[in-house]
Amino acid sequence: MLLAAAITALLAAAGCGSSSSSGGGGNKLSLVAYSTPQEAYEAIIPAFQKTSAGRGVKFTQSYGASGDQSRAVAAGLPADVVALSLEPDVTKLVEGGLVSPDWNKDKWHGFVTNSAAVFAVRKGNPKNIRTWDDLVKPGVQVVTPNPFSSGGAKWNIMAAYGAQLEQGKSPAQAQAFLRALLKNTVVQDKSARDALQTFTSGKGDVLISYENEAITAQQKDQALDYVIPDQTILIQNPVAAVKNGNVDKAKAFIAFLHSANAQKIYASHGYRSTDPALVDKRKYPTPPGLFTIDKFGGWGAVNDKFFDPQNGIVTKIEQGLGVSTAKG
Amino acid sequence: MILWLSVIVLLPLAAVVVKSTDGGLAGFWDAVTSPQSVAAIKFTLLTSFVVVVINAVMGTVIAWVLVRDDFAGRRFVSALIDLPFALPTIVAGLTLLALYGPRSPIGVNVAFTKAAVVLALLFVTLPFVVRAVQPVLMELDREMEEAAASLGARPLTIFRQIILPNLQPAIVAGCSLGFARALGEFGSVVLISGNIPFKTEVASVFIFSQIGNDNVTGAAAVSVVLLALSMVVLALVARLGRSWYDG
Amino acid sequence: MTARLGLRATALGYLTLLLVVPVGMVFWRAFEHGFGAAWNAVTTPDALHALQLTLLMVAVAVPLNTVFGIAAALLLVRRRFRGKPILEAIIDLPFAVSPVVVGLALVLVYGRVGWFGNWLSEHGIQVIFSTWGMILATIFITLPFVVREVAPVLREIGTEQEEAARTLGASPWQTFSRITLPAIRWGVGYGVVLTTARAIGEFGAVSVVSGHLVGQTETLTLFVQDRFERFDLAGAYAASVVLAAIALSTVAVMTLLQKRRGA
Repeated sequence: MLLAAAITALLAAAGCGSSSSSGGGGNKLSLVAYSTPQEAYEAIIPAFQKTSAGRGVKFTQSYGASGDQSRAVAAGLPADVVALSLEPDVTKLVEGGLVSPDWNKDKWHGFVTNSAAVFAVRKGNPKNIRTWDDLVKPGVQVVTPNPFSSGGAKWNIMAAYGAQLEQGKSPAQAQAFLRALLKNTVVQDKSARDALQTFTSGKGDVLISYENEAITAQQKDQALDYVIPDQTILIQNPVAAVKNGNVDKAKAFIAFLHSANAQKIYASHGYRSTDPALVDKRKYPTPPGLFTIDKFGGWGAVNDKFFDPQNGIVTKIEQGLGVSTAKG
Repeated sequence: MILWLSVIVLLPLAAVVVKSTDGGLAGFWDAVTSPQSVAAIKFTLLTSFVVVVINAVMGTVIAWVLVRDDFAGRRFVSALIDLPFALPTIVAGLTLLALYGPRSPIGVNVAFTKAAVVLALLFVTLPFVVRAVQPVLMELDREMEEAAASLGARPLTIFRQIILPNLQPAIVAGCSLGFARALGEFGSVVLISGNIPFKTEVASVFIFSQIGNDNVTGAAAVSVVLLALSMVVLALVARLGRSWYDG
Repeated sequence: MTARLGLRATALGYLTLLLVVPVGMVFWRAFEHGFGAAWNAVTTPDALHALQLTLLMVAVAVPLNTVFGIAAALLLVRRRFRGKPILEAIIDLPFAVSPVVVGLALVLVYGRVGWFGNWLSEHGIQVIFSTWGMILATIFITLPFVVREVAPVLREIGTEQEEAARTLGASPWQTFSRITLPAIRWGVGYGVVLTTARAIGEFGAVSVVSGHLVGQTETLTLFVQDRFERFDLAGAYAASVVLAAIALSTVAVMTLLQKRRGA
């Protein structure tokens, strides 16, 4: 008993951790985000705090893999604003009653930044990888995250699939391409960040990554280049306010994220602005065959058709590859 | 006592078991027998077994050298054995990757292969057999060995017929602890194995990815299987050997 | 003779490749750019807070598990009751559980939609994604160590002295504090050291329940991973060195204790 009391005192004195459940007002905002924009938010938050809406607002920040963060919020991680990598991670929170269903009924559909799926290659691109077809050539080692543990990895798969369709191939041919691609994949890390680590530590010839991840890595002096393939998917990152949190301040913060000020900060960290006027065409050229997830009917349809753990197209491909290479 | 144990251990594990039955027995069975799940469990069992065998041999050799041999720095080396136990798994993974991965300074690159998983598991399970065998070796009465030697028996025969039987319970105990640890290892393996489903994905990473796929029930089901396997092994050893609390 | 040298070479070679070189690598990489750079990397506010948090978790988990460990050992060795194997099995459970499962289990019980979720949020208590949850995870993982070290010692020393004290009129507490405790102190010490080492090094389970609140719920192990992922290799290796150094000093204490125990 004495021990318990002493420990409680210790904890109180230490003063860290043990945050009370989300906000409820005042001048605190809790931002739960995926890992890539950490540097961007570290710049955006001070900028927000300089505005009248943001003056005196204290932030707690949490960064991690998008899916993990979404699950954490669903499991009780206090949050006022969630900034995630892909829409399904927010949809999950809507289904859990944590985010209002009208979160994306604004003119940006809830998206605050864009990016694109690109090929990260070794500096100087020694293997001259430029197109999707280059990825399935024999002997090319591809790195992409595991689409079953990394929501972000799904962007890559759909980029590959959609690129084939954009090139005029049939769905059957596109699936065959996915099989060839996964056959050339030597590592499937559990998250996009891990995949980037794997690639920068020397494994593989090409990493299917997001433009902003590649740019961030370059900004951190990693020796890589990236190529934007002609056909690729537009990656759209959502932001939402959490119900029962500090909603007013959260909405003010989100409004700020759409301001030119914040969008420029995003751009300096590798993102494409959602405002086309703010997209520097030289740094962020628009590929001719750019498409979005709507091409396939949205994430709900995609998850069912491609990634269902029993019957998904990609599941079956991975399984087929596993069985055949196990025997071979 | 009961309250404490319940809050800390039993409740959380019970929750996992309960969650795993969310989809009924059929759901449980489906989750556990899905091809990827079976592949992950088989791969985990296989690599853990390989690791156990290597540990049984090398662990005994190392214990032997530490007890019966004498050389400068022997005590220091003996102290080092506990290091994997104390070192965080993430650091273990990082260092193995740096050393035996693509940027290896000594040109050994086994990262992202099945061998890499074995390597990581060997690192984290190193102390178990060594520490189990060492005390037994130290207490061993050498009279029988000396008698056998004076009767002309060769060292290998002495080892096989006299020493080994005495070491066996300790080796088995150490191996089983190592096996249980290897089955569940995550932090060091996840960095170096490549996690390719159906190829280099271990069960703990599979569970992790099932959670990632919002299939918490399935994750719980495989967790229960993994837990059961470990418990079976520990129970077997408890029966074969002495419990650590009774005479 | 050659057999002896051969065995020695095999053992030492194996240990070098598997153990010494990798750990040496951590030190080398950390100090590659000089001691000053490493020091800077590890004294940033986030790093210091991570260290503080790690030490706090140890300060809470270790005493609790020590008290539990001694009590459980006494129960198992000195008392008779049915269901001993069950108690033993429960205590051994943390050895058998993968850290991923530990995190999952805690969320299922104490998370928002977990068994106690409603009760906890009604009372404004945050267990998961706070220091409490991480401490819970740590206590779980390190539960068995003290028990396992103390029980054999208790068994060895026998009950004679305790019985003698009792017949001389000593109260149970006096018997315990004057006779039993001193006799088992080396076992307790070794168990404490093992518990500490494991608590400092835990990564997987703590990662799931931490919430990764920057500057708040990052332990030193989580800090290492975070730095590594953000390409701050200097920070990652420097913090790893701190962890490795704690590990090595733990080992040194273990060795000292082992000698005293006569093991």
